[in-house]
Amino acid sequence: MATILAVENLRVHFFLDQGLVRAVDGVSFTLEEGKTLGIVGESGSGKSVIGQSILRIVPPPGQIVEGNILFQHQENGATTQIDLAQLDPWGKKARSIRGREIAMIFQEPMNSFSPVHTVGNQIIEALRLHQDVSAAEARNRGIEMLGRVGIPQPELRIDAYPYELSGGMRQRAMIAMALVCNPRILIADEPTTALDVTIQAQILELLRSLQEEFRMAILFISHNLGVIAEISHEVMVVYFGRVMERATVSEIFKAPLHPYTKALLESVPGIDTPVRTHLATIEGTLPDPHMYIRGCPFFGRCGECEGNTVCRDEPYELTWVAEDHYVACPRICVPM
Amino acid sequence: MLTYIIRRIFIMIPTLIAISVISFIIIELPPGDFLTAYTAELSMSGEAIDQVELESLKKRFGLDEPLYMRYLLWAWNFLHGDFGHSFEWNKPVRDLIGERLAMSVTISTCTLLFTWLVSVPIGIYSAVRQYSWVDHFLTFIGFIGLATPNFLFALVLLWVSYAYLGMNVGGLFSPEYSEAPWDLAKVLDLLKHLWIPVVIVGTAHTAKFIRIIRGNLLDELKKPYVTTARAKGLPETRLILKYPVRVAINPLVSTIGWTLPELISGIAITAVVLNLPTTGPLLLRALMSQDMQLAGTFIMFLSALTVLGTLISDILLAWVDPRIRYEAREVK
Ligand SMILES: Nc1ncnc2c1ncn2[C@@H]1O[C@H](COP(=O)(O)OP(=O)(O)O)[C@@H](O)[C@H]1O
Ligand SMILES: [Mg+2]
Repeated sequence: MATILAVENLRVHFFLDQGLVRAVDGVSFTLEEGKTLGIVGESGSGKSVIGQSILRIVPPPGQIVEGNILFQHQENGATTQIDLAQLDPWGKKARSIRGREIAMIFQEPMNSFSPVHTVGNQIIEALRLHQDVSAAEARNRGIEMLGRVGIPQPELRIDAYPYELSGGMRQRAMIAMALVCNPRILIADEPTTALDVTIQAQILELLRSLQEEFRMAILFISHNLGVIAEISHEVMVVYFGRVMERATVSEIFKAPLHPYTKALLESVPGIDTPVRTHLATIEGTLPDPHMYIRGCPFFGRCGECEGNTVCRDEPYELTWVAEDHYVACPRICVPM
Repeated sequence: MLTYIIRRIFIMIPTLIAISVISFIIIELPPGDFLTAYTAELSMSGEAIDQVELESLKKRFGLDEPLYMRYLLWAWNFLHGDFGHSFEWNKPVRDLIGERLAMSVTISTCTLLFTWLVSVPIGIYSAVRQYSWVDHFLTFIGFIGLATPNFLFALVLLWVSYAYLGMNVGGLFSPEYSEAPWDLAKVLDLLKHLWIPVVIVGTAHTAKFIRIIRGNLLDELKKPYVTTARAKGLPETRLILKYPVRVAINPLVSTIGWTLPELISGIAITAVVLNLPTTGPLLLRALMSQDMQLAGTFIMFLSALTVLGTLISDILLAWVDPRIRYEAREVK
């Protein structure tokens, strides 16, 4: 198993008028070829910014201030390792990787396509941007790709406008657009969150089968551990821009260590829980994003540390506890 | 699309009828009929009153008929190109307005083009480089343009070009061309004069358009589809022009309908200052001297132009925005 992407100590800060927001604050992980890493955490914990950093599309005033994003870049048959964090985000190199080697899909199936261009126009554009193919050839490839993601009558749908498709179909079209250049990494940022449960299951199934077919690595972002469980091989729990726990999916579900992970597990919606009522069960809210927290950011909401000052004062550190299992809980990691 | 256009044209008809009724009412507004006023004026100036002419005029405008018959007669004549008689100029209205109306429309169209050509690139630049010093500078200039009354701007321009450039830029033609038949030289002469009213009337609109484009584009730049396009690896300039700009400009297309009449009325005062042979000064004068057939015809034409402008912008909007086409199909 080969590592295709290694993120080391990534820090992304937003320099806002109201102060500094440490959206991503020292995150490290690796992504293996053909595998899925799930990133889970409440809304606002920095998941999307991690994805944006890899593509180098963090919106200003956000900036990567530290860390490496080591990517096994393939060009003309040769593989070289390049640090994406060092690239000029608007430069040619970064753009040639975006969409070709690393593609991304998003939560909003309605607004993620331009409303005034056909789906086909946008898919063909993605293909012709990176590959030297004729317009007719690109159109055929687009139709073929729409068929592969399970859109009926793709030769007609390619000329449809986004509002002429249902939410599920739109997300399928979005996946077709992302995969049309056969990328090696797909970043999926909450791709099922806006869909209802049955469609959600179909999209997950589709992504799984496409992953087998195209042998791509997936970075799957969701706030819902239930969805993460469906698709991931490995899970990374993030909170306040930091990794709280990282383990294989079975470890996370069978032997979660961090109280935050446990709280997330308890809040997983059951089959019959309506969508969007998620996570109402974790008491309290995320800390103010402008705050700097030296210790565990979950301190104060955590039900287990009982005001243990070690949790508040001990500097944050992700610690190895077992094979493929890391956790950042001072109560567990710091000998007392 | 075709059915949409046809339906829109049918909707226009009642609007036009309503406008014609209002125009007619305006014509009839002054107390007494205009022949009374005309004869009074003639006798006051001591001219002889030609009874035969009077009778024929009476008949032509159906002055002895009831009101609704008069309206129908007026409308019927109007449809056949007979717009009545200007008693002040003692000429058929038709001879008075033809060229002036054409000039007004020419100036308005050129102003609209000028407005778009200037405001679209500036609006895009200001949005993409929001809060840069160039953005602040353009905003500042824009507000000055917005705040300067057209007539003042016209006077300043007249004075500057006369005092420093030795040019007399009033009017639309140099004296030697004003009565000349149309040829290439006259068109060139027109172009030489045209830019002044275009710039004067256009600046305020340009400033307004810049604000609208900038605001719309700033909204669109935050939309997820921009991020999607970015994630594809599109170069930024191409991305911005193809996606958010396209969406941000759509609503502007629908403003053509109401900018046309606004431009025409904006030109009126400028035209008085610059002494332009357009509709504005003539309409103003017709209203002041209660030359109602002339005034009513103008009002009818200008309102009809507005309706036409609205139709054009609706069709354009449906053409550039598939969502509108889609809704149009749904409604059917
Ligand atoms: N464009 C932005 N401008 C300012 N702050 C941002 C922006 N995007 C994200 N942030 C900040 O970064 C933090 C993480 O955001 P995000 O990655 O979107 O969270 P998640 O995807 O986990 O819901 C939040 O605190 C948010 O305030
Ligand atoms: Mg997010």
